[in-house]
Amino acid sequence: MSRRPLWAGVGLYLASAVVVILSVYPLLYAFSTSLKSGTDLFNTALWPAGGDLRNYRALFEGVQPFGKSLVNSFMVSVLTVGCALLMGLTAAYALGRIRFKGKGLLLVTLLGVSMFPQVAVLSGMFELIQWLGLYNKALGLVVPYTLFTLPFTVWILTTFMRELPGELEEAAIMDGCGPLRIIFQVFMPLLWPALVSTGLLAFIGAWNEFLFALTFVVNDTERTVPVAISLIAGATAFEIPWGTIMAGSVIVTVPLLLLVFFFQKRIVSGLTAGAVKG
Amino acid sequence: MHNRTRTAWLFLSPMIVLMLVVAVWPLARSIWFGFTDTNINDMAASQWVGLENYFGEYGLFFNPNDDEGFWAGDWGLSIRNTFFFAVVSVLLETLTGLGVALLLNQDFKGRAFVRTAVLVPWAIPTIVSAKMWGWMLNDQFGVINDLLLGAGLISQKIAWTAEPAYAMWSVVLVDVWKTTPFMALLILAALQTVPRDCYEAARVDGVHPLRVFWRITLPLIRQPLMVAVVFRLLDALRVFDLIYVLTSNNGSTISMSGFVRREMVEYGNMGFGSAASTSLFLIILLTALVFLRATRVRLSEDAR
Repeated sequence: MSRRPLWAGVGLYLASAVVVILSVYPLLYAFSTSLKSGTDLFNTALWPAGGDLRNYRALFEGVQPFGKSLVNSFMVSVLTVGCALLMGLTAAYALGRIRFKGKGLLLVTLLGVSMFPQVAVLSGMFELIQWLGLYNKALGLVVPYTLFTLPFTVWILTTFMRELPGELEEAAIMDGCGPLRIIFQVFMPLLWPALVSTGLLAFIGAWNEFLFALTFVVNDTERTVPVAISLIAGATAFEIPWGTIMAGSVIVTVPLLLLVFFFQKRIVSGLTAGAVKG
Repeated sequence: MHNRTRTAWLFLSPMIVLMLVVAVWPLARSIWFGFTDTNINDMAASQWVGLENYFGEYGLFFNPNDDEGFWAGDWGLSIRNTFFFAVVSVLLETLTGLGVALLLNQDFKGRAFVRTAVLVPWAIPTIVSAKMWGWMLNDQFGVINDLLLGAGLISQKIAWTAEPAYAMWSVVLVDVWKTTPFMALLILAALQTVPRDCYEAARVDGVHPLRVFWRITLPLIRQPLMVAVVFRLLDALRVFDLIYVLTSNNGSTISMSGFVRREMVEYGNMGFGSAASTSLFLIILLTALVFLRATRVRLSEDAR
Protein backbone atom coordinates (compact mmCIF):
# COMPACT_ATOMS: atom_id res chain seq x y z
CA MET A 1 0.00 0.00 0.00
CA SER A 2 2.83 2.37 -0.78
CA ARG A 3 0.51 4.23 -3.17
CA ARG A 4 -1.22 5.94 -0.27
CA PRO A 5 -0.50 9.69 -0.31
CA LEU A 6 1.28 11.21 2.67
CA TRP A 7 -1.77 13.06 4.06
CA ALA A 8 -3.79 9.88 4.08
CA GLY A 9 -1.09 8.06 5.97
CA VAL A 10 -0.85 10.84 8.54
CA GLY A 11 -4.64 10.87 8.88
CA LEU A 12 -4.69 7.12 9.38
CA TYR A 13 -2.22 7.26 12.22
CA LEU A 14 -3.90 10.27 13.80
CA ALA A 15 -7.25 8.47 13.75
CA SER A 16 -5.62 5.35 15.17
CA ALA A 17 -4.06 7.37 17.98
CA VAL A 18 -7.40 8.96 18.87
CA VAL A 19 -9.15 5.57 18.84
CA VAL A 20 -6.48 3.95 21.00
CA ILE A 21 -6.43 6.78 23.55
CA LEU A 22 -10.21 6.89 23.85
CA SER A 23 -10.36 3.12 24.30
CA VAL A 24 -7.61 2.74 26.85
CA TYR A 25 -7.50 6.01 28.80
CA PRO A 26 -10.49 5.38 31.13
CA LEU A 27 -9.03 2.09 32.30
CA LEU A 28 -5.59 3.61 32.83
CA TYR A 29 -7.20 6.44 34.76
CA ALA A 30 -9.09 3.93 36.92
CA PHE A 31 -5.84 2.11 37.60
CA SER A 32 -4.09 5.34 38.50
CA THR A 33 -6.96 6.31 40.82
CA SER A 34 -6.73 2.94 42.54
CA LEU A 35 -3.15 3.80 43.53
CA LYS A 36 -4.00 7.22 44.88
CA SER A 37 -5.17 7.95 48.38
CA GLY A 38 -5.90 10.97 50.56
CA THR A 39 -5.94 14.30 48.78
CA ASP A 40 -3.94 12.81 45.91
CA LEU A 41 -7.31 11.31 44.78
CA PHE A 42 -8.47 14.74 43.70
CA ASN A 43 -5.44 15.31 41.54
CA THR A 44 -6.56 14.50 38.01
CA ALA A 45 -3.09 13.72 36.67
CA LEU A 46 -2.74 10.27 35.13
CA TRP A 47 0.47 9.64 37.04
CA PRO A 48 -0.17 9.32 40.79
CA ALA A 49 2.00 11.58 42.95
CA GLY A 50 2.54 9.05 45.69
CA GLY A 51 1.02 5.73 44.84
CA ASP A 52 0.55 2.79 47.15
CA LEU A 53 -1.61 -0.30 47.48
CA ARG A 54 -3.67 0.99 50.40
CA ASN A 55 -6.93 0.84 48.44
CA TYR A 56 -6.36 -2.78 47.50
CA ARG A 57 -5.71 -3.69 51.09
CA ALA A 58 -8.83 -1.79 52.21
CA LEU A 59 -10.84 -3.76 49.66
CA PHE A 60 -10.01 -7.10 51.20
CA GLU A 61 -9.99 -5.96 54.80
CA GLY A 62 -13.20 -3.93 54.56
CA VAL A 63 -16.66 -4.78 55.86
CA GLN A 64 -17.54 -6.41 52.60
CA PRO A 65 -15.78 -9.69 51.90
CA PHE A 66 -14.48 -8.86 48.42
CA GLY A 67 -12.36 -12.00 48.27
CA LYS A 68 -15.45 -14.10 48.88
CA SER A 69 -17.29 -12.25 46.12
CA LEU A 70 -14.46 -13.06 43.70
CA VAL A 71 -14.69 -16.74 44.58
CA ASN A 72 -18.49 -16.65 44.20
CA SER A 73 -18.30 -15.01 40.79
CA PHE A 74 -15.68 -17.46 39.61
CA MET A 75 -17.62 -20.52 40.71
CA VAL A 76 -20.93 -19.32 39.32
CA SER A 77 -19.35 -18.46 35.97
CA VAL A 78 -17.48 -21.75 35.64
CA LEU A 79 -20.54 -23.78 36.56
CA THR A 80 -22.72 -21.82 34.14
CA VAL A 81 -20.22 -22.38 31.32
CA GLY A 82 -19.93 -26.10 32.05
CA CYS A 83 -23.68 -26.56 32.11
CA ALA A 84 -24.22 -24.54 28.94
CA LEU A 85 -21.46 -26.30 26.97
CA LEU A 86 -22.51 -29.82 27.93
CA MET A 87 -26.15 -29.29 27.01
CA GLY A 88 -25.26 -27.04 24.11
CA LEU A 89 -23.01 -29.60 22.47
CA THR A 90 -25.60 -32.36 22.13
CA ALA A 91 -28.33 -29.90 21.18
CA ALA A 92 -26.05 -28.30 18.57
CA TYR A 93 -25.32 -31.72 17.09
CA ALA A 94 -29.02 -32.32 16.61
CA LEU A 95 -29.59 -28.84 15.17
CA GLY A 96 -26.46 -28.70 13.03
CA ARG A 97 -26.20 -32.22 11.62
CA ILE A 98 -29.68 -33.75 11.52
CA ARG A 99 -32.54 -32.70 9.27
CA PHE A 100 -35.86 -32.82 11.00
CA LYS A 101 -39.17 -30.99 11.06
CA GLY A 102 -39.44 -27.99 13.34
CA LYS A 103 -35.71 -27.24 13.32
CA GLY A 104 -36.02 -23.76 11.86
CA LEU A 105 -38.69 -22.81 14.35
CA LEU A 106 -36.59 -24.14 17.22
CA LEU A 107 -33.53 -22.14 16.12
CA VAL A 108 -35.52 -18.93 15.79
CA THR A 109 -37.08 -19.52 19.22
CA LEU A 110 -33.60 -19.95 20.72
CA LEU A 111 -32.42 -16.72 19.14
CA GLY A 112 -35.53 -15.01 20.45
CA VAL A 113 -34.90 -16.26 23.97
CA SER A 114 -31.28 -15.14 23.93
CA MET A 115 -32.31 -11.63 22.92
CA PHE A 116 -35.37 -11.21 25.07
CA PRO A 117 -35.39 -8.88 28.06
CA GLN A 118 -34.42 -10.83 31.17
CA VAL A 119 -36.43 -8.54 33.38
CA ALA A 120 -39.61 -9.99 31.82
CA VAL A 121 -39.17 -13.19 33.85
CA LEU A 122 -37.98 -11.50 37.05
CA SER A 123 -40.97 -12.26 39.28
CA GLY A 124 -41.48 -15.79 37.96
CA MET A 125 -37.78 -16.48 38.37
CA PHE A 126 -37.88 -15.07 41.89
CA GLU A 127 -40.62 -17.54 42.76
CA LEU A 128 -38.76 -20.43 41.09
CA ILE A 129 -35.53 -19.64 42.92
CA GLN A 130 -37.32 -19.48 46.26
CA TRP A 131 -39.15 -22.69 45.53
CA LEU A 132 -35.87 -24.44 44.67
CA GLY A 133 -34.42 -23.18 47.95
CA LEU A 134 -31.72 -21.23 46.07
CA TYR A 135 -32.69 -17.73 47.17
CA ASN A 136 -29.73 -15.85 48.66
CA LYS A 137 -27.23 -18.48 47.51
CA ALA A 138 -24.50 -17.50 45.07
CA LEU A 139 -24.51 -20.84 43.27
CA GLY A 140 -28.27 -20.57 42.78
CA LEU A 141 -27.53 -17.88 40.19
CA VAL A 142 -26.56 -20.64 37.75
CA VAL A 143 -30.29 -21.26 37.18
CA PRO A 144 -31.19 -17.77 35.89
CA TYR A 145 -27.84 -17.50 34.06
CA THR A 146 -28.68 -20.59 32.04
CA LEU A 147 -31.59 -18.60 30.67
CA PHE A 148 -29.28 -16.36 28.64
CA THR A 149 -26.14 -18.50 28.20
CA LEU A 150 -27.70 -21.74 26.93
CA PRO A 151 -29.59 -20.32 23.93
CA PHE A 152 -26.65 -18.46 22.48
CA THR A 153 -24.26 -21.32 23.25
CA VAL A 154 -26.50 -23.65 21.24
CA TRP A 155 -26.88 -21.05 18.52
CA ILE A 156 -23.14 -20.45 18.05
CA LEU A 157 -22.16 -24.11 18.39
CA THR A 158 -24.78 -25.00 15.77
CA THR A 159 -23.19 -22.65 13.23
CA PHE A 160 -19.80 -24.27 13.88
CA MET A 161 -21.23 -27.79 13.87
CA ARG A 162 -22.87 -27.21 10.49
CA GLU A 163 -19.50 -26.52 8.88
CA LEU A 164 -17.83 -29.76 9.89
CA PRO A 165 -17.19 -32.11 6.93
CA GLY A 166 -20.01 -34.58 6.32
CA GLU A 167 -17.59 -37.32 5.17
CA LEU A 168 -16.20 -37.55 8.65
CA GLU A 169 -19.57 -38.32 10.13
CA GLU A 170 -20.45 -40.78 7.38
CA ALA A 171 -17.20 -42.66 7.92
CA ALA A 172 -17.87 -42.77 11.65
CA ILE A 173 -21.38 -44.11 11.08
CA MET A 174 -19.95 -46.76 8.73
CA ASP A 175 -17.60 -47.78 11.50
CA GLY A 176 -20.59 -48.25 13.73
CA CYS A 177 -20.21 -45.15 15.90
CA GLY A 178 -23.32 -44.01 17.73
CA PRO A 179 -24.23 -40.31 17.85
CA LEU A 180 -22.74 -39.82 21.31
CA ARG A 181 -19.38 -41.19 20.18
CA ILE A 182 -19.56 -39.07 17.04
CA ILE A 183 -20.01 -35.96 19.14
CA PHE A 184 -17.45 -36.64 21.83
CA GLN A 185 -14.77 -38.60 19.95
CA VAL A 186 -15.02 -37.51 16.33
CA PHE A 187 -16.31 -33.94 16.44
CA MET A 188 -15.05 -32.79 19.82
CA PRO A 189 -11.38 -32.55 18.76
CA LEU A 190 -12.41 -30.41 15.77
CA LEU A 191 -14.74 -28.29 17.84
CA TRP A 192 -12.24 -27.15 20.45
CA PRO A 193 -11.90 -23.66 19.01
CA ALA A 194 -15.67 -23.28 18.89
CA LEU A 195 -16.01 -24.53 22.45
CA VAL A 196 -13.39 -22.05 23.61
CA SER A 197 -15.17 -19.19 21.83
CA THR A 198 -18.60 -19.96 23.21
CA GLY A 199 -17.27 -20.88 26.63
CA LEU A 200 -15.49 -17.54 26.91
CA LEU A 201 -18.53 -15.57 25.82
CA ALA A 202 -20.70 -17.45 28.32
CA PHE A 203 -18.10 -16.90 31.05
CA ILE A 204 -17.96 -13.17 30.35
CA GLY A 205 -21.76 -12.98 30.33
CA ALA A 206 -22.07 -14.74 33.67
CA TRP A 207 -19.15 -12.82 35.22
CA ASN A 208 -20.73 -9.47 34.30
CA GLU A 209 -24.39 -10.22 35.05
CA PHE A 210 -25.97 -7.71 37.39
CA LEU A 211 -29.78 -7.71 37.51
CA PHE A 212 -30.34 -11.26 38.76
CA ALA A 213 -27.32 -11.16 41.05
CA LEU A 214 -28.61 -7.96 42.62
CA THR A 215 -32.12 -9.31 43.07
CA PHE A 216 -31.68 -12.94 44.11
CA VAL A 217 -28.80 -12.54 46.55
CA VAL A 218 -28.97 -10.38 49.66
CA ASN A 219 -26.16 -11.48 51.96
CA ASP A 220 -22.77 -9.83 51.54
CA THR A 221 -21.00 -13.19 51.69
CA GLU A 222 -23.02 -14.58 48.77
CA ARG A 223 -22.64 -11.65 46.40
CA THR A 224 -20.91 -11.69 43.03
CA VAL A 225 -18.32 -9.05 42.18
CA PRO A 226 -20.36 -6.68 39.98
CA VAL A 227 -22.88 -6.27 42.79
CA ALA A 228 -20.13 -6.02 45.40
CA ILE A 229 -18.50 -3.18 43.45
CA SER A 230 -21.78 -1.33 43.02
CA LEU A 231 -22.32 -1.51 46.79
CA ILE A 232 -18.90 -0.38 48.01
CA ALA A 233 -19.70 2.49 50.32
CA GLY A 234 -17.72 4.84 52.51
CA ALA A 235 -17.96 5.58 56.20
CA THR A 236 -20.71 8.11 55.55
CA ALA A 237 -23.21 8.51 52.75
CA PHE A 238 -21.40 11.59 51.45
CA GLU A 239 -18.00 10.06 51.24
CA ILE A 240 -17.66 7.74 48.27
CA PRO A 241 -14.41 5.73 48.45
CA TRP A 242 -13.45 6.15 44.79
CA GLY A 243 -9.99 4.72 45.35
CA THR A 244 -11.35 1.44 46.70
CA ILE A 245 -14.04 1.24 44.03
CA MET A 246 -11.40 1.66 41.33
CA ALA A 247 -9.20 -0.97 42.98
CA GLY A 248 -12.12 -3.41 42.86
CA SER A 249 -12.83 -2.44 39.27
CA VAL A 250 -9.25 -3.13 38.24
CA ILE A 251 -9.25 -6.53 39.95
CA VAL A 252 -12.50 -7.57 38.24
CA THR A 253 -11.40 -6.33 34.84
CA VAL A 254 -7.86 -7.72 34.67
CA PRO A 255 -8.84 -11.41 34.33
CA LEU A 256 -11.29 -10.52 31.57
CA LEU A 257 -8.72 -8.40 29.74
CA LEU A 258 -6.21 -11.24 29.90
CA LEU A 259 -8.80 -13.69 28.56
CA VAL A 260 -9.78 -11.32 25.78
CA PHE A 261 -6.21 -10.57 24.72
CA PHE A 262 -5.10 -14.14 24.93
CA PHE A 263 -8.10 -15.53 23.05
CA GLN A 264 -8.77 -12.51 20.86
CA LYS A 265 -9.24 -14.52 17.65
CA ARG A 266 -11.50 -17.06 19.33
CA ILE A 267 -13.77 -14.45 20.85
CA VAL A 268 -14.11 -12.49 17.65
CA SER A 269 -14.93 -15.64 15.71
CA GLY A 270 -17.54 -16.57 18.31
CA LEU A 271 -19.15 -13.15 18.14
CA THR A 272 -19.25 -13.08 14.37
CA ALA A 273 -20.45 -16.69 14.12
CA GLY A 274 -23.40 -15.69 16.23
CA ALA A 275 -24.28 -12.66 14.18
CA VAL A 276 -22.85 -12.57 10.69
CA LYS A 277 -23.05 -16.15 9.54
CA GLY A 278 -26.17 -16.95 11.53
CA MET B 1 -33.84 -41.83 8.69
CA HIS B 2 -36.70 -41.98 11.16
CA ASN B 3 -34.10 -43.12 13.64
CA ARG B 4 -32.05 -39.94 13.10
CA THR B 5 -35.05 -37.79 13.86
CA ARG B 6 -35.56 -39.61 17.10
CA THR B 7 -31.90 -39.11 18.00
CA ALA B 8 -32.28 -35.40 17.28
CA TRP B 9 -35.19 -34.99 19.67
CA LEU B 10 -33.49 -37.15 22.25
CA PHE B 11 -30.39 -34.96 22.13
CA LEU B 12 -32.46 -31.81 22.24
CA SER B 13 -34.58 -32.90 25.16
CA PRO B 14 -32.25 -31.86 28.03
CA MET B 15 -31.96 -28.38 26.56
CA ILE B 16 -35.66 -28.11 25.84
CA VAL B 17 -36.61 -29.28 29.34
CA LEU B 18 -34.17 -26.82 30.87
CA MET B 19 -35.47 -23.95 28.74
CA LEU B 20 -39.01 -24.82 29.73
CA VAL B 21 -37.99 -24.60 33.38
CA VAL B 22 -35.86 -21.43 33.28
CA ALA B 23 -37.60 -19.47 30.51
CA VAL B 24 -41.13 -20.57 29.67
CA TRP B 25 -42.35 -21.30 33.20
CA PRO B 26 -41.00 -18.10 34.81
CA LEU B 27 -42.35 -16.06 31.91
CA ALA B 28 -45.79 -17.64 32.27
CA ARG B 29 -45.73 -17.07 36.03
CA SER B 30 -44.64 -13.45 35.58
CA ILE B 31 -47.49 -12.83 33.18
CA TRP B 32 -49.89 -14.45 35.65
CA PHE B 33 -48.56 -12.33 38.54
CA GLY B 34 -49.44 -9.28 36.46
CA PHE B 35 -53.12 -10.08 37.00
CA THR B 36 -52.74 -10.35 40.78
CA ASP B 37 -51.94 -8.07 43.70
CA THR B 38 -49.00 -10.21 44.86
CA ASN B 39 -46.63 -8.65 47.37
CA ILE B 40 -43.04 -9.79 47.53
CA ASN B 41 -43.14 -10.35 51.28
CA ASP B 42 -46.11 -12.69 51.26
CA MET B 43 -46.43 -14.25 47.86
CA ALA B 44 -48.95 -16.90 48.93
CA ALA B 45 -51.57 -14.33 49.90
CA SER B 46 -52.17 -12.99 46.43
CA GLN B 47 -55.51 -12.28 44.88
CA TRP B 48 -56.66 -12.13 41.31
CA VAL B 49 -57.36 -8.54 40.33
CA GLY B 50 -57.89 -8.94 36.60
CA LEU B 51 -56.72 -5.99 34.53
CA GLU B 52 -56.54 -3.67 37.53
CA ASN B 53 -52.72 -3.41 37.28
CA TYR B 54 -53.01 -2.37 33.65
CA PHE B 55 -56.09 -0.21 33.43
CA GLY B 56 -57.28 0.26 37.01
CA GLU B 57 -57.21 3.39 39.14
CA TYR B 58 -53.49 3.03 39.82
CA GLY B 59 -52.83 1.02 36.66
CA LEU B 60 -50.01 1.42 34.17
CA PHE B 61 -52.19 2.79 31.40
CA PHE B 62 -55.10 5.24 31.53
CA ASN B 63 -54.42 6.07 35.14
CA PRO B 64 -56.97 8.78 36.06
CA ASN B 65 -54.58 10.13 38.71
CA ASP B 66 -52.10 11.13 36.01
CA ASP B 67 -53.38 14.65 35.60
CA GLU B 68 -50.26 15.64 33.72
CA GLY B 69 -50.77 12.93 31.14
CA PHE B 70 -49.39 9.46 30.62
CA TRP B 71 -45.91 10.48 29.49
CA ALA B 72 -45.27 12.57 32.59
CA GLY B 73 -45.77 9.65 34.96
CA ASP B 74 -42.84 7.44 35.96
CA TRP B 75 -43.92 4.59 33.69
CA GLY B 76 -44.38 6.89 30.70
CA LEU B 77 -41.06 8.54 31.51
CA SER B 78 -39.30 5.18 31.67
CA ILE B 79 -40.68 4.23 28.24
CA ARG B 80 -39.55 7.55 26.78
CA ASN B 81 -36.13 7.21 28.39
CA THR B 82 -35.62 3.67 27.18
CA PHE B 83 -36.49 4.48 23.59
CA PHE B 84 -34.49 7.70 23.57
CA PHE B 85 -31.49 5.83 24.96
CA ALA B 86 -31.86 2.87 22.59
CA VAL B 87 -32.35 4.90 19.41
CA VAL B 88 -29.69 7.53 20.08
CA SER B 89 -27.00 5.19 21.39
CA VAL B 90 -27.51 2.52 18.73
CA LEU B 91 -27.41 5.18 16.02
CA LEU B 92 -24.23 6.71 17.44
CA GLU B 93 -22.46 3.42 18.05
CA THR B 94 -23.30 2.22 14.55
CA LEU B 95 -21.59 5.32 13.18
CA THR B 96 -18.55 5.08 15.48
CA GLY B 97 -18.39 1.32 14.94
CA LEU B 98 -18.46 1.84 11.19
CA GLY B 99 -15.70 4.41 11.49
CA VAL B 100 -13.47 2.17 13.57
CA ALA B 101 -14.18 -0.80 11.30
CA LEU B 102 -13.22 1.18 8.21
CA LEU B 103 -10.02 2.24 9.97
CA LEU B 104 -9.17 -1.34 10.95
CA ASN B 105 -9.92 -2.51 7.43
CA GLN B 106 -6.95 -0.48 6.14
CA ASP B 107 -3.51 -1.97 5.78
CA PHE B 108 -1.05 -0.25 8.06
CA LYS B 109 1.68 -1.01 10.51
CA GLY B 110 0.37 -1.39 14.02
CA ARG B 111 -3.13 -2.38 12.95
CA ALA B 112 -3.09 -5.43 15.21
CA PHE B 113 -2.20 -3.19 18.14
CA VAL B 114 -5.07 -0.82 17.41
CA ARG B 115 -7.49 -3.74 17.06
CA THR B 116 -6.45 -5.09 20.45
CA ALA B 117 -6.77 -1.68 22.09
CA VAL B 118 -10.25 -1.26 20.61
CA LEU B 119 -11.37 -4.43 22.40
CA VAL B 120 -10.60 -2.96 25.84
CA PRO B 121 -13.95 -1.19 26.43
CA TRP B 122 -15.83 -4.32 25.35
CA ALA B 123 -13.91 -6.47 27.84
CA ILE B 124 -14.72 -4.21 30.78
CA PRO B 125 -17.83 -5.24 32.75
CA THR B 126 -20.71 -2.78 32.42
CA ILE B 127 -20.76 -2.09 36.15
CA VAL B 128 -17.07 -1.25 36.07
CA SER B 129 -17.45 1.06 33.06
CA ALA B 130 -20.33 2.75 34.82
CA LYS B 131 -18.22 3.29 37.96
CA MET B 132 -15.14 4.36 35.99
CA TRP B 133 -17.06 6.93 33.98
CA GLY B 134 -19.02 7.96 37.04
CA TRP B 135 -15.70 8.88 38.61
CA MET B 136 -14.39 10.65 35.52
CA LEU B 137 -17.69 12.55 35.16
CA ASN B 138 -17.75 13.42 38.88
CA ASP B 139 -18.86 17.03 39.33
CA GLN B 140 -16.25 18.04 41.93
CA PHE B 141 -13.18 15.95 41.25
CA GLY B 142 -13.85 14.45 37.82
CA VAL B 143 -11.13 14.59 35.17
CA ILE B 144 -13.65 15.51 32.43
CA ASN B 145 -14.73 18.72 34.14
CA ASP B 146 -11.08 19.44 34.80
CA LEU B 147 -10.11 18.99 31.15
CA LEU B 148 -13.07 20.97 29.82
CA LEU B 149 -12.45 23.81 32.29
CA GLY B 150 -8.79 23.81 31.37
CA ALA B 151 -9.62 24.03 27.69
CA GLY B 152 -12.08 26.85 28.40
CA LEU B 153 -15.01 24.92 26.94
CA ILE B 154 -17.13 25.27 30.07
CA SER B 155 -17.09 28.08 32.60
CA GLN B 156 -18.11 26.08 35.66
CA LYS B 157 -18.14 22.47 36.75
CA ILE B 158 -21.12 20.46 35.53
CA ALA B 159 -22.85 17.65 37.41
CA TRP B 160 -22.95 15.33 34.39
CA THR B 161 -24.70 12.41 36.04
CA ALA B 162 -26.99 14.34 38.39
CA GLU B 163 -28.39 17.15 36.28
CA PRO B 164 -31.39 15.90 34.28
CA ALA B 165 -30.32 17.85 31.19
CA TYR B 166 -27.03 15.94 30.96
CA ALA B 167 -27.68 12.66 32.81
CA MET B 168 -29.19 10.75 29.89
CA TRP B 169 -26.46 11.95 27.56
CA SER B 170 -23.86 10.69 30.03
CA VAL B 171 -25.53 7.29 29.94
CA VAL B 172 -25.49 7.38 26.13
CA LEU B 173 -21.83 8.39 26.11
CA VAL B 174 -20.76 5.47 28.31
CA ASP B 175 -22.86 3.02 26.32
CA VAL B 176 -21.43 4.21 23.01
CA TRP B 177 -17.92 3.95 24.44
CA LYS B 178 -18.55 0.43 25.67
CA THR B 179 -20.34 -1.04 22.66
CA THR B 180 -18.48 0.57 19.76
CA PRO B 181 -15.98 -2.35 19.78
CA PHE B 182 -18.81 -4.86 19.34
CA MET B 183 -20.19 -2.94 16.39
CA ALA B 184 -16.74 -2.38 14.94
CA LEU B 185 -15.83 -6.08 15.12
CA LEU B 186 -19.06 -7.24 13.49
CA ILE B 187 -18.82 -4.61 10.77
CA LEU B 188 -15.13 -5.38 10.23
CA ALA B 189 -15.97 -9.07 9.75
CA ALA B 190 -18.54 -8.03 7.16
CA LEU B 191 -16.11 -5.65 5.44
CA GLN B 192 -13.58 -8.42 5.09
CA THR B 193 -16.04 -10.50 3.07
CA VAL B 194 -16.21 -7.77 0.41
CA PRO B 195 -13.99 -9.01 -2.44
CA ARG B 196 -10.88 -6.88 -2.98
CA ASP B 197 -11.48 -6.98 -6.74
CA CYS B 198 -14.46 -4.68 -6.29
CA TYR B 199 -12.26 -1.97 -4.81
CA GLU B 200 -9.50 -2.66 -7.34
CA ALA B 201 -11.91 -2.28 -10.26
CA ALA B 202 -13.42 0.89 -8.83
CA ARG B 203 -9.97 2.37 -8.26
CA VAL B 204 -8.87 1.60 -11.82
CA ASP B 205 -12.03 3.26 -13.10
CA GLY B 206 -11.21 6.29 -10.99
CA VAL B 207 -14.40 6.22 -8.93
CA HIS B 208 -14.35 8.57 -5.94
CA PRO B 209 -13.76 6.66 -2.66
CA LEU B 210 -16.93 8.11 -1.09
CA ARG B 211 -18.94 6.89 -4.03
CA VAL B 212 -17.32 3.48 -3.73
CA PHE B 213 -18.38 3.40 -0.09
CA TRP B 214 -22.00 4.35 -0.82
CA ARG B 215 -22.44 2.29 -3.94
CA ILE B 216 -20.35 -0.83 -3.27
CA THR B 217 -19.32 -1.25 0.36
CA LEU B 218 -22.53 -0.23 2.10
CA PRO B 219 -24.92 -2.34 0.01
CA LEU B 220 -22.64 -5.37 0.36
CA ILE B 221 -22.44 -5.14 4.15
CA ARG B 222 -26.05 -4.06 4.65
CA GLN B 223 -27.34 -7.43 5.84
CA PRO B 224 -24.70 -8.12 8.55
CA LEU B 225 -24.79 -4.45 9.55
CA MET B 226 -28.53 -4.61 10.15
CA VAL B 227 -28.16 -7.86 12.09
CA ALA B 228 -25.66 -6.14 14.38
CA VAL B 229 -28.06 -3.20 14.77
CA VAL B 230 -30.90 -5.56 15.73
CA PHE B 231 -28.72 -7.24 18.35
CA ARG B 232 -27.70 -3.90 19.83
CA LEU B 233 -31.20 -2.44 19.67
CA LEU B 234 -32.70 -5.34 21.63
CA ASP B 235 -29.85 -5.15 24.08
CA ALA B 236 -30.28 -1.40 24.54
CA LEU B 237 -34.05 -1.68 25.05
CA ARG B 238 -33.52 -3.84 28.13
CA VAL B 239 -30.88 -1.52 29.65
CA PHE B 240 -30.72 -1.64 33.41
CA ASP B 241 -27.28 -1.96 35.03
CA LEU B 242 -25.59 1.00 33.35
CA ILE B 243 -28.32 3.43 34.39
CA TYR B 244 -28.75 1.87 37.82
CA VAL B 245 -25.10 2.41 38.65
CA LEU B 246 -24.20 5.56 36.72
CA THR B 247 -27.18 7.75 37.57
CA SER B 248 -28.80 5.91 40.46
CA ASN B 249 -29.35 9.12 42.40
CA ASN B 250 -31.31 10.52 39.50
CA GLY B 251 -34.91 9.45 38.91
CA SER B 252 -35.06 11.26 35.58
CA THR B 253 -33.10 8.57 33.73
CA ILE B 254 -35.06 5.51 34.88
CA SER B 255 -35.49 2.83 32.20
CA MET B 256 -38.34 0.36 31.77
CA SER B 257 -36.28 -2.44 33.33
CA GLY B 258 -35.35 -0.12 36.19
CA PHE B 259 -39.01 0.76 36.71
CA VAL B 260 -39.95 -2.93 36.87
CA ARG B 261 -37.23 -3.74 39.36
CA ARG B 262 -38.03 -0.75 41.53
CA GLU B 263 -41.73 -1.63 41.73
CA MET B 264 -41.07 -5.31 42.37
CA VAL B 265 -38.11 -5.36 44.68
CA GLU B 266 -37.91 -1.95 46.33
CA TYR B 267 -41.66 -1.26 46.69
CA GLY B 268 -42.56 -4.96 46.89
CA ASN B 269 -45.45 -4.62 44.42
CA MET B 270 -44.77 -7.84 42.59
CA GLY B 271 -48.16 -7.91 40.87
CA PHE B 272 -47.93 -4.37 39.55
CA GLY B 273 -44.26 -4.84 38.65
CA SER B 274 -45.13 -8.01 36.74
CA ALA B 275 -47.76 -6.13 34.78
CA ALA B 276 -45.04 -3.62 33.90
CA SER B 277 -42.58 -6.38 32.96
CA THR B 278 -45.19 -8.02 30.74
CA SER B 279 -45.89 -4.70 29.06
CA LEU B 280 -42.13 -4.21 28.59
CA PHE B 281 -41.87 -7.64 27.02
CA LEU B 282 -44.70 -6.91 24.59
CA ILE B 283 -43.35 -3.45 23.75
CA ILE B 284 -39.89 -4.83 22.94
CA LEU B 285 -41.32 -7.77 21.00
CA LEU B 286 -43.46 -5.43 18.94
CA THR B 287 -40.54 -3.08 18.30
CA ALA B 288 -38.36 -5.97 17.19
CA LEU B 289 -41.00 -7.32 14.81
CA VAL B 290 -41.66 -3.90 13.30
CA PHE B 291 -37.93 -3.25 12.92
CA LEU B 292 -37.27 -6.64 11.32
CA ARG B 293 -40.18 -6.22 8.94
CA ALA B 294 -39.22 -2.65 8.03
CA THR B 295 -35.57 -3.47 7.32
CA ARG B 296 -36.34 -6.92 5.86
CA VAL B 297 -33.48 -8.45 7.84
CA ARG B 298 -33.43 -12.20 8.08
CA LEU B 299 -31.80 -13.40 11.27
CA SER B 300 -31.57 -17.02 10.27
CA GLU B 301 -31.07 -18.91 7.05
CA ASP B 302 -33.20 -21.70 8.45
CA ALA B 303 -36.00 -19.34 9.33
CA ARG B 304 -38.02 -20.31 6.31
